[in-house]
Amino acid sequence: MKKQKETGLTGGSRALRRVFILMMTLTAFTGFGQMPIFKRYYISDIPGMAWSADFYATHFLHYLGASVLLGLFAYFVLDYLLTGRKRFQLTPSAYLRMVLMAGIVATGILRVFKNMPDILFSPAFNAFIDISHLGFAIAYLFAALVLAVMKRGWLRKVSYAL
Amino acid sequence: MDGKISRRSFLKGGLAVAGAAVASSLPVPEAVKASSVEELATLMDVRKCIGCGACVEACKDVNAPKFPEPEKPFPKMYPSRVKVSDWSDKQDVDDRLTPYNWLYIQEATVNVNGKEETLTIPRRCMHCQNPPCADLCPWGAAYKLKNGITRINADYCLGGSKCKSVCPWHIPQRQTGVGLYLDLLPAFAGNGVMYKCDRCYNRISKGKLPACIDVCPENVQKIGPRDEILKEAHAIQKEISGYIYGEKENGGTNTIYVSPVPFEDLNRAIEKGPGRPNLEPKKDSMAQADNLAKAMVIAPIAGIAAAAAKFFVGAKKSMGSEGKQS
Repeated sequence: MKKQKETGLTGGSRALRRVFILMMTLTAFTGFGQMPIFKRYYISDIPGMAWSADFYATHFLHYLGASVLLGLFAYFVLDYLLTGRKRFQLTPSAYLRMVLMAGIVATGILRVFKNMPDILFSPAFNAFIDISHLGFAIAYLFAALVLAVMKRGWLRKVSYAL
Repeated sequence: MDGKISRRSFLKGGLAVAGAAVASSLPVPEAVKASSVEELATLMDVRKCIGCGACVEACKDVNAPKFPEPEKPFPKMYPSRVKVSDWSDKQDVDDRLTPYNWLYIQEATVNVNGKEETLTIPRRCMHCQNPPCADLCPWGAAYKLKNGITRINADYCLGGSKCKSVCPWHIPQRQTGVGLYLDLLPAFAGNGVMYKCDRCYNRISKGKLPACIDVCPENVQKIGPRDEILKEAHAIQKEISGYIYGEKENGGTNTIYVSPVPFEDLNRAIEKGPGRPNLEPKKDSMAQADNLAKAMVIAPIAGIAAAAAKFFVGAKKSMGSEGKQS
């Protein structure tokens, strides 16, 4: 088996890649916007960015971006299992990204449950999911940056030598 | 409470949080005849309040150990737009909400059945059924207990004041120079701790009534299971042809006011501003997010459907081309 050049999560689909990057940027930005820092640090003073200090607006956009990402992840996983794995192989860095992303998704889902009117978690568990959601997001962004600099993709094409 | 919070006390705080979780499952006062898992609400009959201030005084006395003891001088905060909120030299202020005054009396001179009267209204946290302060706190410092109390844990809170911004009544009040932020990056993040009524959660966990209810000479307030409190509120409303506030505001709260005059009139007559909440109608702050959360279930289904469609279309195409070759 001959190793080939690594590629992104979308396996070369430019449109999906654009949507994925846009939604990751949106959720990262609005996620950090859940902390009261955009007003303090003048981000919301930038013309056209006043909405970033509105916690309800950033929260809604965060949910919206997360919904699209959940759809994309479901698509990527099933597409890989059905057709992708015949042409692509997951790289070691993909496993790292998947673990961190799974952490973000799992704690994010719990976070959404917590915000529902009739669901109550213990105070300690509330603090745990809030802080771990942020922790996983920071770890993912850091890992994604380092892996981008190292040009490590999610997938690599495989060709089978005779 | 020690104003300085070390890492050790932060860990202790974690244990306290766990303890609070246990406390929330302890029996509540027999007087309210409610089970631990039942949401308790308070009924405030505005007609009965004489504005004596006994509740305000009792609240201050009972909660004094929870009040902030800030370290001075305060660390310099950046950028310069970050303002210090210091109430430590104004602890006696009782005509508005402050970190040292979690309950105050509002006055409204209104027309009651053709007669001009001054009504007095005790005001504090409404303890919403789906509190945005707890939902949107980025640290889990604010949370709701099963018995309907919304609390802010002073050991976790960084004083960013987001809870105050998202609260429809802007109830929580900040004190600078106290709390966990002092041990993190005091110059660049956080600004103290947010304080508000915790409906005497610690007294309730010991089977006592909240101090404001306990001392009221006129029995203005009552606490009990929410459905019973609502039933009583509606009975009074019917009896006096009155009005209710808090049942539907912000999607429902656990503080139900009954008044002989419309709350629009009361709202017009009360003094409003920082630390002085209004009595306006409030739409459910979390409704939009709750609806989107339900719609979130559709997204992965759509993703799965798209991948499956792609697979079947591809399989059909390859079967077609194989058929042509043969």
